[in-house]
Amino acid sequence: MERLLKIDRRIIFVFVAAAVTIPLLIKFDLPVIATKEVRGIYDKIDSLSEGSHVLIAFDYDPASKEELQPMAVALLHHCFKNNIKVIGMTLNPGGTGLADSAITEVGKEYGRKYKEDYVFLGYKTGVELVMINMGENIYSAFPKDFKGNATTDMPALKDVQSLQDFDFVVDLASGSSIEAWIAFGKEKYNFDLGAGCTAVIGPDMYPFLQSKQIEGLMSGLKGAAEYETLINRKSSAVAGMSPQSVVHVLVVFFVIFGNTLYFMTRRKK
Amino acid sequence: MNFFKRTIPLIIAFIMGIMMAFQYYVPHEASQSLLKVVTRWGITIAGFAVFIGAYSLFHLHWNKIKRKVPGWGYSNFVFFGAGITIIFGLYNGGEFFLHDKQEGTMFDWMYFNVQVPAGATMFSILAFFMASAAYRTFRARTSEATILLVAAIIVMLGRVPVGALIWEFLPPIADWIMSVPNMAAKRGILIGVSIGAIATSLRIIFGIERAYLGGGD
Repeated sequence: MERLLKIDRRIIFVFVAAAVTIPLLIKFDLPVIATKEVRGIYDKIDSLSEGSHVLIAFDYDPASKEELQPMAVALLHHCFKNNIKVIGMTLNPGGTGLADSAITEVGKEYGRKYKEDYVFLGYKTGVELVMINMGENIYSAFPKDFKGNATTDMPALKDVQSLQDFDFVVDLASGSSIEAWIAFGKEKYNFDLGAGCTAVIGPDMYPFLQSKQIEGLMSGLKGAAEYETLINRKSSAVAGMSPQSVVHVLVVFFVIFGNTLYFMTRRKK
Repeated sequence: MNFFKRTIPLIIAFIMGIMMAFQYYVPHEASQSLLKVVTRWGITIAGFAVFIGAYSLFHLHWNKIKRKVPGWGYSNFVFFGAGITIIFGLYNGGEFFLHDKQEGTMFDWMYFNVQVPAGATMFSILAFFMASAAYRTFRARTSEATILLVAAIIVMLGRVPVGALIWEFLPPIADWIMSVPNMAAKRGILIGVSIGAIATSLRIIFGIERAYLGGGD
């Protein structure tokens, strides 16, 4: 029993690897039911009229891509499908490539035109300072977009002067940018805010959900899968639910098995 | 020298701190213009932080290589990776750095084929270590640890689709844990941290907290 308790961790790694790969090879569907937190974002975007402006902040880098990129893609599909103008930006220097590829690829899929229907403003350093600057004047914060075009007379930004003019802002974050968007953006300039984050950050966001400082929350790959289900376009996040479920069950099994062995050993002593 | 290194920064911190705190409550046009100017200055200054960051990173790894500390070989990859990225970033697909960023360059190729998969790999490795830690160290030694363990199991199963198949009440119980006890604890922490941040800000504004000035003269 002592030996089992001190099992080589590489054996555990083999179990985890099998738990991830086998469900990907033997595909099986699990029911994904949207929670009210994710539905909050979906309902808000669904309520917007054609030509509304949605700002998506892609505040994540490649390390969080597997959780947040499916969220971004699902959100973009919903916006473009509803003829909503999408303005993208990032406060994370590592996020520009992912944001640009997501916004461009989904935009093209719906035949949307760059500068008219969507624009990617790119990265700007300063986090809270950028938010305040955007709240005062968006053209002051981003005089040029990611591709170097002047933003002042861009059709996609028509009628937008500052953060207040956006019909909805969504922050997809792998760090603490959601709190900054609340404190320096939403509370100061009064706009509706939604959030998407990694599963690790998710629990930190519940006070803001209850106080209605965020309209909704997508947390981790599960949040992305719920959004994919809501827009009826099941993709990588829904596909990821099977391995994630199996790994969670495996970890629970490890915890129970480890504790059972621990108590049996203790009783023996 | 003390005047330039200590007194002037303290005066700047005091004046700007007081001014920006009051600015928040003054909706006058001049106040808004001031905010716009100050934030643009802030963004510009923040841009320079990249040079300090790069210097600090290279200095640290250069010293590791020089002193041959354990694992110094990895530090070579910092210079190799950063060097290649900087070169291709400045080369900008033959247009060089004075022009706007070009598309489909070697810089983009490296981003999508090196940084993206490497970043995702680093993050996914966590799953392996978490599973190992769960088996080896997550023990119900005390009543508090038992509560934590039971809550963790419920949330872990209730937050994935398979939870509802195991027991239909798992997802609602997991939601309750997240929305009530978790939320209460997080709010408590948040309030504590915020009060701490306000106190620290006041200490900096009034020159009591001087650690940000750095040590020595």
